[in-house]
Amino acid sequence: MKQLSTKVTSNAHGQDSSYFLGWEEYEKNPYDEIKNPNGIIQMGLAENQLCFDLIETWLAKNPDAAGLKKDGQSIFKELALFQDYHGLPEFKKALAEFMEEIRGSRVTFDPHKIVLAAGSTSANETLMFCLAEPGDAFLLPTPYYPGFDRDLKWRTGAEIVPIHCSSSNGFQITESALQQAYQQAQKLDLKVKGILVTNPSNPLGTMLTRRELNLLVDFITSKNIHLISDEIYSGTVFGFEQFVSVMDVLKDKKLEDTEVSKRVHVVYSLSKDLGLPGFRVGAIYSNDEMVVSAATKMSSFGLVSSQTQYLLSALLSDKKFTGTYLNENKKRLKIRQKQLVSGLEAAGVTSLKSNAGLFCWVDLRHLLDTNTFEAELELWKKIVYEVKLNISPGSSCHCTEPGWFRVCFANMSEETLDLAMKRLKEYVESTDSRRLISKSSHERIKSLRKRTVSNWVFRVSWTDRVPDER
Amino acid sequence: MDLLSRKATCNSHGQDSSYFLGWEEYEKNPYDVLKNPHGIIQMGLAENQLCFDLLESWLVQNPDAASFKRDGQSIFRELALFQDYHGLSSFKNALANFMSENRQNRVFFDSNNLVLTAGATSANETLMFCLANPGDAFLLPTPYYPGFDRDLKWRTGVEIVPIQCLSSNGFRITKHALEEAYEQAKKLNLNVKGVLITNPSNPLGTTTTQTELNILFEFISKNKNIHLVSDEIYSGTAFSSSEFISVMEILKNNQLENTDVFNRVHIVYSLSKDLGLPGFRVGAIYSNDKDVISAATKMSSFGLVSSQTQYLLSSLLSDKEFTKTYLRENQSRLKYRQRMLVTGLEAIGIGCLKSNAGLFCWVDMRHLLSSKTFEAEMDLWKKIVYEVKLNISPGSACHCEEPGWFRVCFANMSEETLKLALKRLKKFVDNGALTCSRKKTMTTISNWVFRLSFHDRDAEER
Repeated sequence: MKQLSTKVTSNAHGQDSSYFLGWEEYEKNPYDEIKNPNGIIQMGLAENQLCFDLIETWLAKNPDAAGLKKDGQSIFKELALFQDYHGLPEFKKALAEFMEEIRGSRVTFDPHKIVLAAGSTSANETLMFCLAEPGDAFLLPTPYYPGFDRDLKWRTGAEIVPIHCSSSNGFQITESALQQAYQQAQKLDLKVKGILVTNPSNPLGTMLTRRELNLLVDFITSKNIHLISDEIYSGTVFGFEQFVSVMDVLKDKKLEDTEVSKRVHVVYSLSKDLGLPGFRVGAIYSNDEMVVSAATKMSSFGLVSSQTQYLLSALLSDKKFTGTYLNENKKRLKIRQKQLVSGLEAAGVTSLKSNAGLFCWVDLRHLLDTNTFEAELELWKKIVYEVKLNISPGSSCHCTEPGWFRVCFANMSEETLDLAMKRLKEYVESTDSRRLISKSSHERIKSLRKRTVSNWVFRVSWTDRVPDER
Repeated sequence: MDLLSRKATCNSHGQDSSYFLGWEEYEKNPYDVLKNPHGIIQMGLAENQLCFDLLESWLVQNPDAASFKRDGQSIFRELALFQDYHGLSSFKNALANFMSENRQNRVFFDSNNLVLTAGATSANETLMFCLANPGDAFLLPTPYYPGFDRDLKWRTGVEIVPIQCLSSNGFRITKHALEEAYEQAKKLNLNVKGVLITNPSNPLGTTTTQTELNILFEFISKNKNIHLVSDEIYSGTAFSSSEFISVMEILKNNQLENTDVFNRVHIVYSLSKDLGLPGFRVGAIYSNDKDVISAATKMSSFGLVSSQTQYLLSSLLSDKEFTKTYLRENQSRLKYRQRMLVTGLEAIGIGCLKSNAGLFCWVDMRHLLSSKTFEAEMDLWKKIVYEVKLNISPGSACHCEEPGWFRVCFANMSEETLKLALKRLKKFVDNGALTCSRKKTMTTISNWVFRLSFHDRDAEER
């Protein structure tokens, strides 16, 4: 008899089998410019590798920060012993100011309302534990980050009910979609505790419009529920428009210090903006004292290493650095996104117009054999195995329309991105000519793939693999 | 409608109000040799501050480790991006070897069976999520670390049923007590999923004996659904390595590798006590059960160890010269410091449980109680905090069955401070001031004990 918990024996950690497959294939055959030039290029990893030089330069100029020293004196002992779940005050202050800087100093963040967590993975789960009972639901616009299935639901017992967004209006959240989701939850007998949005969006790469934000704030006001805004990508906005945070909206609607503002919470992390996912730095920001208090105690289960807090408090306190960094980061992301978009265009492929993020939401609907998710999976396998690009299929992000894929652009060199685009162009051109081949051979290939699709999709994913990258 | 979850609004994070109080008082009036020589001396903090000099000289001799360099080359980028929940293999290897070294290499740890977590706090909670469903129970010998009420129960919904240990036999686990606890759980309609022990024990400061381990293993052999979790966070604080017997050794010596018991024994470890690095958040789960390892690994996403820290410590622990010297020095300094506390207490006519490990002593102040009640224990404790100006931990906070026992830490201060603490205590005992009970404190007890502890305070130290 299995004596482990149902959390372990069920598959509710939500690690989607197909998503896992692309990873596995990449691990077996990873592209390397010199050692494996025909390998699979990783485009499923939302990492920001564009600005490490800036951080490394700063580290070289400020050796004390990593060297556990302050003004030349060792503070090793002090840091080694520091496990206060309120966090290093200098770090929270610097983080609050950094968050303000990202929002053009239009809103203020009080360091006392920040709760540190080991990454936003931990922050999101903790917020669920604080806001929802097992069986309660949160509404999430689709498509959304696949990791949410695990982060928000697995150990908390919370449910996700999707707010269906469609390509017809650029995947924006509409009032009717919101109402429909709410009613759907009620039909399923689930108590809706709140809405969670990622802004800027993963996987769309777009910022929520003011209209959408107003809609959301109005909705939570009328339903008396929470709004969590995961703003992990706030520092990756490269478009002309400014990033509008939910905090901006609260201010503009004069809702600061009202009861509604207590139900709006922001999640942040340094994994995307600063490209430091390994350091596990996340944060919850809330105007509700009780949430801050409970989340602070819960952060005991995932505190940030004091060694890391100290390093980053020094880095983020350097305003010259942060100003330069945020500007450069924007610039480089913009150039890189342009490179991807034009590369795709050259292959006759379009993507959702984006102005943020580390990826594009790419439209490959015209390459599907049929307008089905099965066809999407087949296309995806071709792209992984034949084009040798690991990209993320929309179905893993719960997209309601087949044929969309998330393609990352900031986790590789320019040359590699070029190569990826070349491979894609070649594939598209050859596919166009292949469509003229006899139908029967096509059917044969299709049915062969069909069998293997079932195996892969239903295989219990107990094999180890690397964690979901956003 | 309830806007927040019950977890957020109830008090079941288990932060005991009285325990919290001592902390608060200390924070208001902390002892400082120069700035506040009459302040409260912190003796409720199980920190190991005795060997920082060894760590600091290692850091000076090995600057690359903290500076993101390997053989003089920067590996910053590699570390910044490293978020693999399998952990840095060089670190897991070094940690597994360190754990073996802590047990004099009598047993071997396989790094593939290790899951890294943000401290033992995270490791213990994760194990509960893996082994138990909400409403299931774990049996724990009393007295136990107050933090377990939060770590094991709060978000997991798991229950703790105490295995009552008494001073009559040195607080040893007996077969009778174990079975009684099991029966009690059944009476409460709780499904027992396991037993969790801390070995060496917090707050007792004793290593679990062979006899006790035999009782535990017999119990889980008989009851095939029951796990044994051994929190060995204090393993490196045993004054003599030969006296510490890990559950790993029992598995090996009793040749249990091919039995089902093998998969039901799990170890928790951390570098917070042995190395004195609680701020770095380094914990681990060790298990022979592949499914537990797999699930715990995925769950560790919620509390990974910073790659910056993993790298520093992989360098440190890979240095065998260093680890050998450190373990030996640590043991000898702890032993010396414990002796100082024990003899100092003896001189005041206060005895403690004979201990051979840990960063604290389990002190017997029953003779100073005005009555054999927990209320009297609270009275005595308040006097010690407010009048003697020592923050020590009352046994009731540790779920001890008998009033009058206190945990007193000795490794988180200088020798001089420890001597001063003993002096203060002697003065009060000699003056007989501790034996009078004061009613004026009674009303404040009620307020404090029932006050919603939403006040912020420092994280519980073990």
